[in-house]
Amino acid sequence: MNKQMPELSLSFTLNSARVSATPYPGQRLSELLREGLDARDVKIGCDAGDCGACTVLVDGKPVCACLTPAHQAQGRDVETLRGLRQNEPIAARLAESFQDHGAAQCGICTPGMMVSAVALLRDNPAPDEGAVQDALGGVLCRCTGYRKIIDAVVGAPAIAFDGAGEVGFALRRVDGAAKVAGDELFGDDVAPPGCLEILVIRAPYPRARFSFGDLEAFANTPGVAAVLTAADIPGKNAFGVIPQFVDQPVFAEEETRFRGEAVAAVVAEPAFLVQFAPQMFPVSWTELPAATDIDAAQSPQAADLHEGRANNVMCGGFVTCGDPKAGLARAATTVEGRFQSGFVEHGYIEPEAGFAEIVNGRVELHACTQAPVMDLEALADILGMDRSQIRILPTAVGGGFGSKLDITVQPYLALAALKTGKPVRICYTRNESMQSSTKRHPSDITLRIGADAQGRITGFDFLGVFDTGAYASWGPTVANRVPVHASGPYRIAHYRAESKAIHTNNPPAGAFRGFGVPQSAIAQECLFDELAERLGLDPLEFRILNALENDVPTVCGQVFHQGVGIKACLEALRPAWEAEHRAAAGFNEASGPLRRGVGVAAGWYGCGNTSLPNPSTFRAGVRPDGQVVLHQGAMDIGQGASTVMAQIFAAELGVTPGALELVGADTDVTPDGGKTSASRQTFVSGNAARLAGAALRAAILAKVNAAPDSEIAFGQGEIRMRGATEHHIDLAALPVDALGYVFRAEETYDPPTKPLDANGQGAPYAQFGYAAHLAVVEVDTAMGTVKPLKFVAAHDVGRAINPMLVEGQVHGGIAQGLGMALMEEYLPGRTENLHDYLIPTIGDIPPIETLIIEEPDAHGPYGAKGLGEHVLIPTAPAILNAIKAATGVRLHRVPATPQRLHDALKTGDRNGA
Amino acid sequence: MSYFSPTALADALDILSRGPGKIIAGGTDVYPSARPGESPDYFLDLTRVDALSAIRQNAAGTYFGATVTWTDIVRADLHPAFDALKAAGREVGSVQIQNAGTLAGNLCNASPAADGVPALLALEAVVEIASAARGARDVPLADFITGVRQTALAPDELVRGIRVPPQPEGMQSAFEKLGSRTYLVISICMTAANVLLDARGRIAEARVAVGACSAVAQRLAGLEKRLIGMRPADLRVTPEDLEDLSPIDDVRGTASYRLDAVQEQIQRTLQRASAA
Ligand SMILES: Cc1cc2nc3c(=O)[nH]c(=O)nc-3n(C[C@H](O)[C@H](O)[C@H](O)COP(=O)(O)OP(=O)(O)OC[C@H]3O[C@@H](n4cnc5c(N)ncnc54)[C@H](O)[C@@H]3O)c2cc1C
Repeated sequence: MNKQMPELSLSFTLNSARVSATPYPGQRLSELLREGLDARDVKIGCDAGDCGACTVLVDGKPVCACLTPAHQAQGRDVETLRGLRQNEPIAARLAESFQDHGAAQCGICTPGMMVSAVALLRDNPAPDEGAVQDALGGVLCRCTGYRKIIDAVVGAPAIAFDGAGEVGFALRRVDGAAKVAGDELFGDDVAPPGCLEILVIRAPYPRARFSFGDLEAFANTPGVAAVLTAADIPGKNAFGVIPQFVDQPVFAEEETRFRGEAVAAVVAEPAFLVQFAPQMFPVSWTELPAATDIDAAQSPQAADLHEGRANNVMCGGFVTCGDPKAGLARAATTVEGRFQSGFVEHGYIEPEAGFAEIVNGRVELHACTQAPVMDLEALADILGMDRSQIRILPTAVGGGFGSKLDITVQPYLALAALKTGKPVRICYTRNESMQSSTKRHPSDITLRIGADAQGRITGFDFLGVFDTGAYASWGPTVANRVPVHASGPYRIAHYRAESKAIHTNNPPAGAFRGFGVPQSAIAQECLFDELAERLGLDPLEFRILNALENDVPTVCGQVFHQGVGIKACLEALRPAWEAEHRAAAGFNEASGPLRRGVGVAAGWYGCGNTSLPNPSTFRAGVRPDGQVVLHQGAMDIGQGASTVMAQIFAAELGVTPGALELVGADTDVTPDGGKTSASRQTFVSGNAARLAGAALRAAILAKVNAAPDSEIAFGQGEIRMRGATEHHIDLAALPVDALGYVFRAEETYDPPTKPLDANGQGAPYAQFGYAAHLAVVEVDTAMGTVKPLKFVAAHDVGRAINPMLVEGQVHGGIAQGLGMALMEEYLPGRTENLHDYLIPTIGDIPPIETLIIEEPDAHGPYGAKGLGEHVLIPTAPAILNAIKAATGVRLHRVPATPQRLHDALKTGDRNGA
Repeated sequence: MSYFSPTALADALDILSRGPGKIIAGGTDVYPSARPGESPDYFLDLTRVDALSAIRQNAAGTYFGATVTWTDIVRADLHPAFDALKAAGREVGSVQIQNAGTLAGNLCNASPAADGVPALLALEAVVEIASAARGARDVPLADFITGVRQTALAPDELVRGIRVPPQPEGMQSAFEKLGSRTYLVISICMTAANVLLDARGRIAEARVAVGACSAVAQRLAGLEKRLIGMRPADLRVTPEDLEDLSPIDDVRGTASYRLDAVQEQIQRTLQRASAA
């Protein structure tokens, strides 16, 4: 190598092929691989080594490609998932094993996980759990809860299979193969290399006034294609997910309301942006006094963030039944407490990203999303365009958990493509993703509960105040849902629950798995333990005693005559509860700083929109060649909707899921499956898929008057039916419709609900799902650290369409609940990266036992209920109750960081920190 | 902007003498702290310089070249006195970070929470510095890191290696790190202890170093002195032992929590380092 000459071009081996490249000095290997060498299987989640998604092997060793100078690859051997998958038998086996365990959910961390695991398995063909954890500790996953990944790497017996895929069968994911091969295309994976990029200019202060300098001069800088500001918005400079609360500007005008709010965007050549920093943009800022918590926002000095929302109260919710005052007065024992929680970040490993181009004069937009049709509607308003002029092509979604329901990159992409006429892309940095995306609402809850001497709840009075941030987002939904759910799945005849959503100069709080219910469950489930303790009752039996049952009204006065499964969930925990208590007591006989405790908590969650229409429409057809096509419009964000819909639809039609061709949620060709939120897809879209399957089958059978129970077989250009008599349809003889089908069905399902009256009485949901978790923890009382040792999770899912996917949801939800309980707190300006904002790693999640309870629901497809949010509702309170059992200390604030727990232990403060 | 990857140390030093640039080894601190739009005049990559990548052990002690990675250390066959250093290495970030990150980079980055510093302090390490203009000089580690993200390096200097003097036969060592999760976590506080017991099982020599509880990790001279002659079973770390520490409040914990936790941590580390 030459002595003191700078390095220019380099050559190395990439997946067994010799490649050469000319990176710019300091270019990250991750960028070179993705943009210069077509290795888009290398995923970028943080650009800081914190997530490990970009892990590649350099001379056999796993490194983060984002921290590796491209020049260090010179002469080396670089391997990525795609190459390993093709060339390395260990990787091929691992890919099968990942699918056998559902170890890839959204799939964005899968390349990093698999590459790290291959390096391990090359060294150690039979690693134990600890070795796997050490080897994979550098890769974050937000979906799976890691346990299935460990199982896949150690080669545990499979839990998912290829097969007929009938309802109830643990079918492997229908989209699994692409994920484990590194072929799945996420938001940042579709743009052609070298196309224009967008950089958003954001507010550096919680609240500020701003003015632009010479934008025109800036726009004429070589390399800059366009500048976008509010002035470039042809339609309405506003978006929001709830029609009465469309209050967030695409670009702020004059004043910004939270740190990270967008004011402008630069559209430029990639080479320009390499040497550009947002501080170089011609904008000057004047910081203004800001209200960054609920108290400040409600103080008389605080400015109102939005006109017409006096005292920064955005909205509230209210449910009452019976006579709560009298109920509490009558109680033999009452407990009360105040519980608080902070912002929680969704922490999906895929930052918001997308690509847009103008095709035949229409905007075509590819981005990760949970709600393609809502994106389309929002863009139509912002762009002032007819919806027919916009096409949304959702990419694979690398985790969403609620935040990708709101639009983020979409308007920038569309505006930039329209203004420049050229293809454009954007990918948020981790920092801006965390600054600008929605969060879980911080909560401040006061609750009083009373019970009679036998332990029956007599009264319940709840006030929950939520920091909804600078804009509405899903805040109104949180405000509505919380009072409906704050009772937990219990019989409470005298009840009052009020919620308030308060604007602050914080990031908008929106949808996050559970819409406020995880927060209220902490207060309610922790106080249940306090109440049981006062009454001298076993906490589990106390819950069973008060559990809701069929024919017993909920706090909304809704009576379910069937399908209430909470008692079954709680009862299913009894054996573990007793065994774990004995084990913990045995452990605690030894003295020392380590104390163990067992905690339990329950939860419920109404599936679908609260008392609002919430339809899903599914279309399916048969092509003249005999191929059955299912338009699968329920966004699969990792949870497995594509697999579930395929299983349900196939079961109705009478074929195997493998026989289907799935078309995704492209808004040009697929009807609206509704948003992926509110645990509604299996329930609502599942019903639409069921109806579509049945309708298609009926149409085919009717064509030849075949018996209803006939077997249907699709062949090349034909359909054969066998029942009492045999039938045959020659598809070539049939007319082809405008969509290319010879048979077609399109069905809609909308769950039956009734509006809530002023007291919150009505029928908010057609079904609820139920859950109970048991947690065992070990507390280091000298350090304040908590180590969860085990979870047992009982979930009433009505009918497990696919038990492997049920387990996947349970594990992932518990991991997020654990994070919320023990480590996660987003502090604007302070924890805006995955280095300081901690989510659980593979070493933090203990074994989880999932108990599937099937109490069928009359409305659910095959009896199925939703599950996506139920899975984390009981986790945090179960952990807090276990900490209390271990130490005697009740924490009233999450996360229970080592410091908070230590402080509470030190002061012996039974009211907690 | 240029990227240099010299193979000879003399060339590296020459490049460095031309004016300020950015030295890069594993890059695990360089990239996360890079600011958009700000690029150095040049990058000087040390990873191809011969002679910087070796671990050498001889009568003069143990020598870690500047590009020795955490993984190299974890896998090396070293005296038990280095157990704390190895343990620290296993807890730096993740395997990915350990494969790229270097011991020298950890020192030069001079974070108060750098996990390598307490162990090296307890080993009485010396930092070897080199420049084209002035040749080589040695600086004891305790003098090398001068403050938060500050070192004794002049702009034209680099760290050539880290030297650890021979360790007494029988010296044992332990490391404890406190963080809020298992992997990929910056220490709330960490402690390294090297202990030598005499024939009667009493402490003959103790070196205790604590990180993340002051701007620069430090040894606790008072405690070390007090421990001499004690039986490990009798030792009790007290708040007075921590008087030189000055922890701060940050997102990971308050100062008072750090003091409480580190007191217990020192106790545990010493117990482990003096266990038979
Ligand atoms: C995700 C993640 C997790 C981490 N976890 C930990 C952790 O748990 N504990 C911990 O202590 N650290 C941690 N770090 C920090 C970092 O990995 C370590 O400090 C590492 O040892 C740095 O080594 P490097 O070779 O990568 O340094 P580089 O990034 O290459 O360099 C670091 C600094 O030192 C300078 N430098 C490097 N070598 C020399 C030299 N020979 N002479 C002069 N200057 C030099 C560079 O210019 C730069 O300023 C983590 C980092 C990441 C990204």
